[in-house]
Amino acid sequence: MVRIIAFFVGLGFAGVLLWSFVVNLYDNITEPPAPTAEHEFHREPKELHLASDGPFGKWDKAQLQRGFQVYKEVCAACHSLERVAFRDLAGLGYNEAEIKAIAKSYDVPSINPDTGEPATRKGIPADYFPKPYANETAGRAANNNAYPPDLSLITKAREGGAAYIYSLLTGYQNQPTELLKQFPDVKTPEGLHYNPYFANLNIAMPKPIVSDGQVTYGEGAPAATVDQMAKDVSAFLVWTAEPKLVNRHRAGMAVLIFLIMATVLGYMAYQNIWASAKRKVAPKGPLDPDNQAKREAAKAEAGGIAG
Amino acid sequence: MSFAWAKPYEPKTDIGRWIDERLPLPRLVYGAIGGGYPVPRNLNYFWNFGVLSGLFLTIQIVTGIVLAMHYYSYADGAFTSVERIMRDVNAGWLIRYAHANGASFFFVAVYIHIFRGLYYGSYKAPRELVWMLGLVIYLLMMATAFLGYVLPWGQMSYWGAQVITGFFSAFPLVGEPIRVWLLGGYAPDQAALTRFFSLHYLLPFVIAGVVILHIWSLHIPGSNNPTGVDVKDEKDTLPFHPFYTAKDGWFVGAFLTVYAVFVFFMPNALGHADNYIPANPLATPAHIVPEWYFWPFYAILRAFTVDFILPAKLWGVLAMFGSILLLFFLPWLDRSPVRSGNYRPVFKRFYLLLVVDVLVLGWCGGAPRNRSTSASARLPPPTISRTS
Amino acid sequence: MATLEETNAAKVEADHSLRRRDFINIAAVSFAGVGGAVAVLPLVNQMSPSADVLALASIEVDVSKIQPGQAIKTSWRKQPVFIRNLTPKEVADAKAVPLSELRDPQSLAERTKPGKENWLVTLGVCTHLGCVPLGVGEGENRGPFGGYFCPCHGSAYDTAARIRSGPAPTNLLVPEYEFTSPTVVTIG
Repeated sequence: MVRIIAFFVGLGFAGVLLWSFVVNLYDNITEPPAPTAEHEFHREPKELHLASDGPFGKWDKAQLQRGFQVYKEVCAACHSLERVAFRDLAGLGYNEAEIKAIAKSYDVPSINPDTGEPATRKGIPADYFPKPYANETAGRAANNNAYPPDLSLITKAREGGAAYIYSLLTGYQNQPTELLKQFPDVKTPEGLHYNPYFANLNIAMPKPIVSDGQVTYGEGAPAATVDQMAKDVSAFLVWTAEPKLVNRHRAGMAVLIFLIMATVLGYMAYQNIWASAKRKVAPKGPLDPDNQAKREAAKAEAGGIAG
Repeated sequence: MSFAWAKPYEPKTDIGRWIDERLPLPRLVYGAIGGGYPVPRNLNYFWNFGVLSGLFLTIQIVTGIVLAMHYYSYADGAFTSVERIMRDVNAGWLIRYAHANGASFFFVAVYIHIFRGLYYGSYKAPRELVWMLGLVIYLLMMATAFLGYVLPWGQMSYWGAQVITGFFSAFPLVGEPIRVWLLGGYAPDQAALTRFFSLHYLLPFVIAGVVILHIWSLHIPGSNNPTGVDVKDEKDTLPFHPFYTAKDGWFVGAFLTVYAVFVFFMPNALGHADNYIPANPLATPAHIVPEWYFWPFYAILRAFTVDFILPAKLWGVLAMFGSILLLFFLPWLDRSPVRSGNYRPVFKRFYLLLVVDVLVLGWCGGAPRNRSTSASARLPPPTISRTS
Repeated sequence: MATLEETNAAKVEADHSLRRRDFINIAAVSFAGVGGAVAVLPLVNQMSPSADVLALASIEVDVSKIQPGQAIKTSWRKQPVFIRNLTPKEVADAKAVPLSELRDPQSLAERTKPGKENWLVTLGVCTHLGCVPLGVGEGENRGPFGGYFCPCHGSAYDTAARIRSGPAPTNLLVPEYEFTSPTVVTIG
């Protein structure tokens, strides 16, 4: 009885499923999904190689410092970095005095100790990077209703990570004429900017790094080309998203070596223990490997004779 | 235990005897996972995944308790507290990544464990209750995993909570009130987050309790084996310790090595980038997917697209729950006297079909939603065809 | 005779291989033990103060507004800190006490910075069981010795915040601090 009911229930589900399938298939055949501009013109991120890549990657601290400079002088005008504290900058190779000086150059929100009214004070290393806008509404109001996202986690929060950021920063261009020929309706709207690396091709952020030398790098640094600055700030944002990355890789190597050694030893111990088992009690009956082999042999022989 | 030849526990020291007479705990352990539990000697490596599942339950509970010391279940601060764990808490990144990837590896071990039981007929008499308790553990695991995924309060967390609780609204009349009751509001918010955290902390201990029942009920008939033929006497078995502890021991090392590769070198490979964006109730991510271990079920849910008597959404929800509930009836649906799939050629083919089906469903569940994937051939969820 | 020798040789060899096997087994178990022990370290260490807590371990206080005879209470590592501007009389009182009468002998000079003898900076945590002593606010009970008085179990401190009566074993603790400018104290 259970089996009969089960059979019909199963059949019901299978039937509805089949119908769903047929309906969808019919739709797909009668009106195939129209190609979209996003589908045709969106591009995967360019390749980007950073010193921190791979299991043996190390921070290139000079590059991170340059990237920080780019963030400070370009991105910080609109984008916050609210999960990074000044004290964290020790990870970029700054010493305590330098960190104090950097912190001091920022005004952080505070209260006036005498009146209790909102005020600002000089930052200390324990403070976090202050936000450019007091809240999201202010950020939207200042940016044509597009809120500039916080950058602390951006390389982890976007598919493609640092390569995506790098591609986006260097990917601004005029809308291709083929695109407009193919899709006349999707002209980049006023106030947006065409960028093939952005999911819907039109990004609200204007090209942030516009010209070579926009940021003045210190001595010994590579030339501040647009490409170099985009790379540096991408590397910096990898660090802000995961300051413990290199520690993690280093710890991981030690753990892996230990685990592999333990596994090999464990395997040898396992072999020892089972070897002694086989000596003590040989399996008898159908489980005895000898008997199994004999059975196989007999079967093969029988097959051979029959053949 | 039901083995006449199982070695009884003999305390080696006076203290051991003293304790044994008052609290026979060492005796219990000896009989459960020590020299007093005879195990078929012909087990293959698929039998190692039970112990591995237990290990991962332990890892999850230990790392979870530690994370709870630093996490705030506060809607405006949950995401920040998780980032604080990653950045400021000593070894916090390690513990959080171990917990996040531990969930995935727990499911890997449990899925292999379940499919091993399916293939070798471990659900058949006299192990029906072992099987059913195992399914209860699996259901509890799914609930726990879902609740835990909500806690970081990222975009995927938030919209996952929205979509999963949305299942309930598929049921007519009672559905929507149940959903509102579950969330304590009309959308996931503070009330939902706090209760999810509370339950996420509770359920693992419930799982641990059911695991004890699962092992207890297993030890009455003893372990199945690849031939599916009951062991006859002592020659067919080996004591669990030291033989299977040694075999499990090195295999645990190997499995942990793979786990360590994920935790230390690709900790976000199994996650989703959108969950590093704080929850935003006003914008849905472009591509909502659950964690990979739910993909097959998500595919079933999405496969139904036509209203036939019942709304399509309800068909999907029923089929999804049905595909699990069905497994509870398996011991009675499958009436073949042969246990092991090795000796059932027709079963073997359907079994292969099931594995492929689950993998295809998993692929469909993880793929972005578009017409071609929803139209691609969805094999029916595991159905009675397997009983042949 | 020969058979006996052969048996012995075989036995020795068996013993030898037994020892090698034992060695591997012991090594494997030790590895597992060491691995387990090392895995416990981060689980224990996570309870120590985290980086953001440590970052707040030093604070700067502007003391320019504290008049002689007044004190302020501020917070350092989430603990109260008392900063008192002693009057000349209080300084004299503190100096007049012979060290031999003290439970925890310390002179005022040892408890203040040279040239800043009137600035007494102490933790506001009673050394008995951790209550916050009274005596900072105007009109609070400063106890029989004119310093601080702990309401929990009656420990009385003198004007140099040294324990004089009651159950507390030691003087109020002087944290590490320095005057980074004539009016700014950096604690920690």
